[in-house]
Amino acid sequence: MTTLIEAPPSDADGLLPSKKKSSGGGLGTYILVRFFLIIPTIFILVTMVFFLMRVIGDPITAAQGGRLPPEALAQRIHDAGYDRPILVQYLEYVGQVATGNFGTTITDRRPVVEMLATFGAATLELAINALIVALIVGIPLGLIAAYKRDKVPDAVLRFFAILCYATPVFFAGLLMKLTFSIWLGWLPVAGRASTRTELAMGTLAAPTGIYWLDALRSGNMAAFGDVAAHSVLPAVTLGLLTAGVFLRLVRTNVIGTLGKDYVEAGRSRGVSNFRLVTKHAYKPALIPIITVMGLQIALLLGGAVLTETTFEWKGLGYQLVQYLNSRDFVAVQGIVVLLAVIVAITNFIVDVVAALIDPRVRY
Amino acid sequence: MTATTTSGRTQPLMYRLPVISHFRKSVGLQRGMLVTGLVLTVAFLLTTALAPLIAPYGFAQLSDASGTFPAQAPPSATHLWGTTVGGYDVFSRVIWGAQTAAVVIVVAVAMSIFLGVALGLLSGYFGGWLDRTLVVIADAIYAFPSLLLAIVMSIVINHGQSSFWGGIIACSISISVVFVPQYFRVIRAETIRLKAEPYVEAAKVVGASSIRIMGRHIFKNATRTLPLIFTLNASEAILTLAGLGFLGFGIEPSSAAEWGFDLNKALADASSGIWWTGVFPGTAIVLTVLGLTLVGESMNDLNDPRLRGRKKAGSKKAPAAGPAPTAGVQGAPEAESSSS
Repeated sequence: MTTLIEAPPSDADGLLPSKKKSSGGGLGTYILVRFFLIIPTIFILVTMVFFLMRVIGDPITAAQGGRLPPEALAQRIHDAGYDRPILVQYLEYVGQVATGNFGTTITDRRPVVEMLATFGAATLELAINALIVALIVGIPLGLIAAYKRDKVPDAVLRFFAILCYATPVFFAGLLMKLTFSIWLGWLPVAGRASTRTELAMGTLAAPTGIYWLDALRSGNMAAFGDVAAHSVLPAVTLGLLTAGVFLRLVRTNVIGTLGKDYVEAGRSRGVSNFRLVTKHAYKPALIPIITVMGLQIALLLGGAVLTETTFEWKGLGYQLVQYLNSRDFVAVQGIVVLLAVIVAITNFIVDVVAALIDPRVRY
Repeated sequence: MTATTTSGRTQPLMYRLPVISHFRKSVGLQRGMLVTGLVLTVAFLLTTALAPLIAPYGFAQLSDASGTFPAQAPPSATHLWGTTVGGYDVFSRVIWGAQTAAVVIVVAVAMSIFLGVALGLLSGYFGGWLDRTLVVIADAIYAFPSLLLAIVMSIVINHGQSSFWGGIIACSISISVVFVPQYFRVIRAETIRLKAEPYVEAAKVVGASSIRIMGRHIFKNATRTLPLIFTLNASEAILTLAGLGFLGFGIEPSSAAEWGFDLNKALADASSGIWWTGVFPGTAIVLTVLGLTLVGESMNDLNDPRLRGRKKAGSKKAPAAGPAPTAGVQGAPEAESSSS
């Protein structure tokens, strides 16, 4: 799967079908094969999550055991079909998931798909904001580090990158809250928008759930400002985690391309060092950067769970923790499966983009 | 790095020990990074070992001879770093937290290494359908957000929270589920490479059993990069443990001190301007992870001759290792024999 680009040697024995067809396979075949490889990945994760969740017991007892009289509980378990053999339930679940039906949550009785759409929008917004921060911070700093290699700025930036990794997102979030919300009072403490803004946007027809889009559409500039102010701290918190990775990535790859012959040729023709870094070395270095950027989606989603909890950002991660605490495993299954699908599809897109840019990837 | 013995040189044993040999190879900025990391790591280990001596109170202690501890008291002479909302002494809990972190690292990484190495050896050596199945499963797990997996596992294992050892085991299993695929990959790739080596062929011809070949001939050579991954994974284990604790799926506060859990409780304090409950445990996490990462990174760089700074004047230091903790590992084996 992802090993295709990150570590080709680990598939040296020709495990991936795409490699076996190396003699004749074109881009189309590669994309097709790669697409079908998503299915086992998702299938394995769905299976794993399903059986792990059932180890605990049936979802209804887990969520409401002790709260309902035993007869009522048994009745509900029977109605929901949880008293049938587990294999039957499993096959049914796989069939439902394949057709996009994730069932109904147990605690608040909503269709899981609707719940996913609502909270997914919030997580998407957070992820995009964080990605923007990560790019704005990570790429220029990475270029500077490569340009000033082994000098003081490079040492400082490398340390900064390690620090970004070493700081748990929730601690970074806590520090930001303390500094910017409590002591300086510049930004709101938590949430996605203030109540008034949420009410103002609630009147919109067909809201997207992505707040800054909705705020723009409502034409209410105060609402937009409010949404923007709420987004800053979560975006920076989650963005810095990824920015550290980007910084190192850009630095390593630009330094790698800086050593190439054509850069040396440019230098001998008198091209300035700055231009060499920003023009000659940067562009070829982009390919691995794009690849790894896509692979960061898993890190970003994991971080989103923590960031959302820190800032009470009501997205999938925040909701996942709520549902876990109320033992609503139907909802948990839905969220986990959705995240697995997102990760698998992102990896697929990354592989395709990498293949489009660089023909060597296809072997 | 027991593998240093393969260099065949007769340097004193002391200079061939992992960290010491790395230190001797290092120069300039790299030496600075290594030393900083070592200092932080040693400080962490000392805190772990001496916790009962350093901590003025127990991690779950709520009162002493002079009465009950105040709640949310700011730092003072009796409570160096203040107290939490529940009345725990922050300083003591941070110190005891080092012990919890250390135990979880050791248990989690030991379990992951055992399983990962065993599966990697089997998969790489025998190949076939077993290999295919394991690789697909490992890839699926590897691609998934590790924290989510750990959360799901911890819920499955202990239904939320539990006692000290119960919590430690549950956390460790949750973390090792994430790590096993990593060890599996590295060991499998190495095993496949080593399988084709003449000495393995020779052993086969002589009639050695598969178990003997795997155990004696491949195992020793395939596992030489493990200490490196251990260092890098130790820091990830701390972060995962803290993440679990922060989300409330860790160890109960009365069973053990855990930094992530304390940060969870500190979140509400932060809104009312109480900083000491969060800043200290958080800083403890950052410093510990920083120390372990710096050591791991430096060792990784120093193992790879291309990344190693040279002692000659005017030499350039090469790029740092990739972002994935295991990225630089493949360069390590050949680096072992070329000590300066």
